[in-house]
Amino acid sequence: MPHSPLLASLGRHKLPVLLMVMQVALTCAIVCNVAAILGHRISQLGLPSGVAENELVMLESISIDAGTDTLARHQADLAALRELPGVRSAMAVDALPFSGNNWSNGIALTPGGDAQVTASAYTGTQGELDTLGLHLVAGRDFLPEEYLPEGSAQDWAGINHVPSTIVTRALANQLFPGQDPLGKVIYPGDGPVRIVGVVDHLLRPVLDESAGNEYATLLPMLPDGGNVLYVMRTTPQQREQVLQRAMARLAQLDGNRVLRRPQTFAQLREDYFRRDRTMIGLLLAAAGALLLVTAAGIAGLASFWVQQRRRSIGIRRAVGATRRDILRYVQVENFLIVSGGIALGVTLAYALNVLLMQHYALQRLPLMYVPAGALALWLLGQLAVLGPARKAASVPPVVATRSG
Amino acid sequence: MFRYYATIAAHHLRRNKALGVLMVLVIGLGIGASMTMITVFHVLSGDPLPDRSAQLFVPQIDPRPLDHGRPSAPSTDGNFTWPDAMNLLHAARADRQAAMTGGAVPVRPVQGDGLPFYETGRYTTADFFAMFGAPFLSGTGWTAQDDERHARVVVLNRTLSRKLFGEAPAVGRTVRLKDSDFRVVGVLDDWQPQPQFYAQIDKRSFGRSDQFFLPLQTALDLKLDFVGSLSCWGNGGDARTSDQCTWLQFWVELDSAAKADAYREFLSGYWREQQAHGRLLRKADPHLYGLMAWLIRQHVIPDDLRLQLSLSMGFLLVCMLNVMGLLLATFLRRGGEISVRRALGARRRDIFLQLGVESSVIGLAGGLLGLLVALLGLWSVRQRPDGYAQLAHMDAGMLLATFALAVLAGVLAGLLPAWRACRIAPALQLKTQ
Repeated sequence: MPHSPLLASLGRHKLPVLLMVMQVALTCAIVCNVAAILGHRISQLGLPSGVAENELVMLESISIDAGTDTLARHQADLAALRELPGVRSAMAVDALPFSGNNWSNGIALTPGGDAQVTASAYTGTQGELDTLGLHLVAGRDFLPEEYLPEGSAQDWAGINHVPSTIVTRALANQLFPGQDPLGKVIYPGDGPVRIVGVVDHLLRPVLDESAGNEYATLLPMLPDGGNVLYVMRTTPQQREQVLQRAMARLAQLDGNRVLRRPQTFAQLREDYFRRDRTMIGLLLAAAGALLLVTAAGIAGLASFWVQQRRRSIGIRRAVGATRRDILRYVQVENFLIVSGGIALGVTLAYALNVLLMQHYALQRLPLMYVPAGALALWLLGQLAVLGPARKAASVPPVVATRSG
Repeated sequence: MFRYYATIAAHHLRRNKALGVLMVLVIGLGIGASMTMITVFHVLSGDPLPDRSAQLFVPQIDPRPLDHGRPSAPSTDGNFTWPDAMNLLHAARADRQAAMTGGAVPVRPVQGDGLPFYETGRYTTADFFAMFGAPFLSGTGWTAQDDERHARVVVLNRTLSRKLFGEAPAVGRTVRLKDSDFRVVGVLDDWQPQPQFYAQIDKRSFGRSDQFFLPLQTALDLKLDFVGSLSCWGNGGDARTSDQCTWLQFWVELDSAAKADAYREFLSGYWREQQAHGRLLRKADPHLYGLMAWLIRQHVIPDDLRLQLSLSMGFLLVCMLNVMGLLLATFLRRGGEISVRRALGARRRDIFLQLGVESSVIGLAGGLLGLLVALLGLWSVRQRPDGYAQLAHMDAGMLLATFALAVLAGVLAGLLPAWRACRIAPALQLKTQ
């Protein structure tokens, strides 16, 4: 099909074509960036925490009378919790993935040396791997004699004396790339700590992508502060009942405390990502509205041009153009305009990305989003122009004989 | 004349209903989305203490060691170490000054034998209340002597006072926080500035409130629980009183520019003096931020919201380009009519004005729709779980601004098409048709 009259016709409508090209370009640039942000947020939403998410419930206990033997009290609480029907195991921890309360330490490889990375420390009573459902991929669990109090009243001095640690695979790979981490010594505090095990996944209490979401260490330290988080493993069906029973049992055991935030791990995760879900909804709505407005603009303008050119279309039909030719003509015209917009839009998308990276903690625009955005706009353009193109094709040749 | 143009505009809109509706819809959506976000921004960037913010400052010194290499070295979140905060507090070189940090304690109910509950508040020093102009319902704050004596006194906010004592006067009564008794010396009249500017700025700075205030030294003495980040470096351990851990906020009141300059001088002097003692080894470079400048610097408005604002402005731009293209098409299509009017003696200016009125009509209708969309948008913002959600309301100023923006957008979108259309030559068009 000859394109020269097409280009000539576009050339006669410079200003409207230019406006349409700009609109498509801007839409392309924004939608590509929005899609990239969306992709990133959605991937965060699905990050595996490493724990048995559907089987964990937790509640916070804050004792009021300081000074009494907290370790013994935690043991008594845990013994009572383990007896509750439905509880498979129970333990006390200082933090969980998504729980906030992040205790991070710089990890050095020599005594007093510079920290290589910052990693979160998780402390907890015996049986942490089993209760949380962590997957040990190398090494062993902690031995009973390795546990010591975390020393919350002595500025957490326990970390200077703890003998062993289990680290995540991500942290092991970062500290000892290509080596067997088992038996290696790290310095999260003043003293040497030997790596005795590796778990495949465990997120930090607060996500921070730039600092490594899975840089975490498990330490055999017993929470000995007045504030403690009790975690229980149960079956997915019994989670609510177990929580109710645990609240009642702990209050009965010692009423001189505050019991706070009884919740399932699923609720914890849901709360953590609530803002992200709002943002995802907004971004989706924005991208949808942008595409819709642009499609409406394309359709509106195309149908206008078709009306305006009824006579010339009629003449072309009269001199032998088929309906198909007319349809193709309008479609190709739209394809050219949208292509112009996309060419400009791709450049604009990267420019916008650079701007966004400067102002917000956003990553570089991944390559795949640009062709995807371009394809979406081409399809959208063709879809939007289909109606007007059909209308154009249905103009009868007899129109050519009428005036005006 | 305007009435005539408006009649023509209405006539054309009626004739091209679908296109007119489309343009109004598009402009309405664009205006609605952008006004929603502009209003949220306008509300959130308001001054939490309009009468006093000009006299309130955050001093900043950088206590980190020289080596940048350690990732554990804290970023400059503006927090102070205990020794620096106490030195500045005792130097008392500002009109008023206070050190503070967040705290949380179990509170035992006074009446009945209900379960203890958890409450968040602030550990601070004597000048806090006078400096920030916190309104007392009854009683007063505590004195600097109380600070030094580690007195067990507490100021309650109204909500907690009600919860504990009902309508009975609380001043002079005793309340048990964690395992110690405190004497209530004052009750605040529901004081909760938004954002909570004096605390460390984070994602939850809006919507948070303190329900009790008690002396910082007392809290440290009794080992009450602190809330907020504690960043340490070096090998001194994570101790509150260490000079290698930052965790305190420090505010000063300086009533004139001269005093602010003098305080900057004082800070420089302090920094150099500490260097003589082997501390604060970085180059002496103290800062003094005003309250509003501090809020901007600490990004009190969440990044997500700023992103949403940018996005809504981009959306408005696309909408305007869209309407511009559609208006241009409609104007050019009426080339015949315009050239007849030109041939009959209408000047370019008349054509321009007529088409300008037409685009303004669309802008105005779009503005009305945009207002509805914005109200809906603000309603949806209020449903968010964030602390700022409840502040998202439209005020009279914003209402006017919505209309101004809508008409401006309509006129701007119509300007180029009208300019192009009024260049149509008189009568020439008739021949070509």
